[in-house]
Amino acid sequence: MKGAAIGYALFVVALAAIWGVDQFVIPYTDRYLTDMLLRVAICVISVSGLALVLGFTGQFSLGHAGFMAVGAYSSAVMSMKFGVPFPLAVLLGGLFAGVAGLAVGVPSLRLTGDYLAVVTLGFNQIIIVAVQNSGSFVDAVRALFGTSGAEGKPAELVLGSFGEVLSRFGDLGGAQGLTGVPLETNFGWAFTWLLLALVTLRNLLRSPHGRTFAAVRDNEIATRSLGIDTTRVKVTAFVIGAFWAGVAGSLTAFKLSSIFPNQFESKVSIELLAMVVLGGSGSLSGPVLSASLLTLLPEFLRGLAEYRMMIYALLLVVMMIVRPKGLLGTRELSDVILAGYRRLFPVRKPA
Amino acid sequence: MTLFLQQLINGLSLGAIYALIALGYTMVYGTLQLINFAHSEVFMMGAFAAFLFAGAMGWGDGAGVGAAAAVALVAMGSCAILGMTIERIAYRPMRKSTRLNMLITAIGVSIFLQNLALRLWGTNLTFPDLIAKTNWEIAGVNVASNSVMVLGVTLVLMIGLTWLIEKTKIGLAMRAVSHSRETAALMGIPVDRTISFTFALGSALAGAGAFLFLLGAPKVDPQMGAMPGLKAFVAAVLGGIGSVPGAVVGALVLGLCETFVSGYVSSTWRDAVAFCVLIVILLYKPSGLFGKHIVEKV
Repeated sequence: MKGAAIGYALFVVALAAIWGVDQFVIPYTDRYLTDMLLRVAICVISVSGLALVLGFTGQFSLGHAGFMAVGAYSSAVMSMKFGVPFPLAVLLGGLFAGVAGLAVGVPSLRLTGDYLAVVTLGFNQIIIVAVQNSGSFVDAVRALFGTSGAEGKPAELVLGSFGEVLSRFGDLGGAQGLTGVPLETNFGWAFTWLLLALVTLRNLLRSPHGRTFAAVRDNEIATRSLGIDTTRVKVTAFVIGAFWAGVAGSLTAFKLSSIFPNQFESKVSIELLAMVVLGGSGSLSGPVLSASLLTLLPEFLRGLAEYRMMIYALLLVVMMIVRPKGLLGTRELSDVILAGYRRLFPVRKPA
Repeated sequence: MTLFLQQLINGLSLGAIYALIALGYTMVYGTLQLINFAHSEVFMMGAFAAFLFAGAMGWGDGAGVGAAAAVALVAMGSCAILGMTIERIAYRPMRKSTRLNMLITAIGVSIFLQNLALRLWGTNLTFPDLIAKTNWEIAGVNVASNSVMVLGVTLVLMIGLTWLIEKTKIGLAMRAVSHSRETAALMGIPVDRTISFTFALGSALAGAGAFLFLLGAPKVDPQMGAMPGLKAFVAAVLGGIGSVPGAVVGALVLGLCETFVSGYVSSTWRDAVAFCVLIVILLYKPSGLFGKHIVEKV
């Protein structure tokens, strides 16, 4: 009980600190630096969702960016066409992505390993193509239901307004992108969502559910023999991961103001995957660390602008050869710091 | 009916190119259980090799069949060397690490090669029409000389590959290594050399694929490998990754699906449909069309 109280207190303090910085520090900070911080926060939210799916549950998903797309587009539409306020739109973006995660996860999580990877990659690509072709969807809906629902019989009215809702939903700007999303993502909201993501995921992983995720990763058949519905566990992890991808996608949409389908290509999913593995799969703070570093690294290499992506790629390869378990392996940052502290200040045994 | 035959020919020639790339994925997967994401970049490098060699020799439009054959051979050779180099530098030190790590290494190699090509040669270069194009009209169906050449070259390469795998000593070694690396090593098979050869072979086929691809779409670009590579990978999984005939059948199925969708439905939806087919097939046959079903034990 006491631990929980301390936890809540820490959470409130962190929240206060975030909004304090937002109010009193950010207005005096360089725009470029703020932008970088926002990018780091968004990337970390997305990667921590994938860390749950890949690192803790051991499910090889290559479609994470697809869920970011679902979140980005649904929240943008919610805000622009239905007037939903920004914080709620982000939440809805996450929920829509979660539903998409459920729809993708239920059929595909019967597959394992590389096959799962390919199917999730396929779904990612399908989502992109669907967004690119959203125009033809709208035309089809308009043809089917008609757009003016004001006159006519009640049944037509209902169908008409349903068609209107559908066509508003379907109008995603196609390959030219969706523009005019209000610029609402600021330091305060981005880091509030980041804090929520990290706290809920950490608590989840320390709960009995969290141990079930790891059990499925380590040995699925043994877990099933204990009477645990492993498919359900995997789908749960997948849906939660997709939710956070959706939140990250929504924040991206409200940060950039215009979104394009090819921003969420499978290439991005692969990069997110690299971040998880590089940070250490089976660790939460590891991927958080690596996502921050890998987002910032190209910026630090800007002096070598022409060669930065090559250096980035080489570092990726060298890291994998030198540190095959990632930065932290299955440990958390706190373990590492604690171990370092213990080494510096060994506990003296009583004589 | 004319449309059907037309799309059949287009689909087969598209599928043939996918097949050439997919074979590299599947052979590497068979020996190392690695999805070699850098393979699409080997394909891209093959296109650049063809472009640079044709440029260096001063061959332009209509240079002739001999020149085209030489360019194709150079593309295949440079891809083979590149494939072996990648394996030696990036993958061999990783032999004992997990598959996920090898995958990340492959991603790293892929990003590196893309940016290397971008730095060295730039984007959006036009490959010359080495062989003058002709179209034959057979029973109302438009048969392009390109399609015939693609199908012909692919067929020859397939026969050669089958012979190599089934009848030669190195083919036997490849099959042994893909069956069980440890046992193969115990039987005195030089495992590293065999893996190296597998990379060379797969990459050479990708080089040939790149050359044939350029006949139809003569643009050389660092990003050009991404989409064909992804499709070929899908084809390899569709056929059951690790299976050589599976990769060919999967690639042809994918190529036909794509062209039929763009012929009868809409060309913008063809990518989505390709992946839908993949998903449906995998849900009913989780290890692909020709894949071995492995019962997992604790």
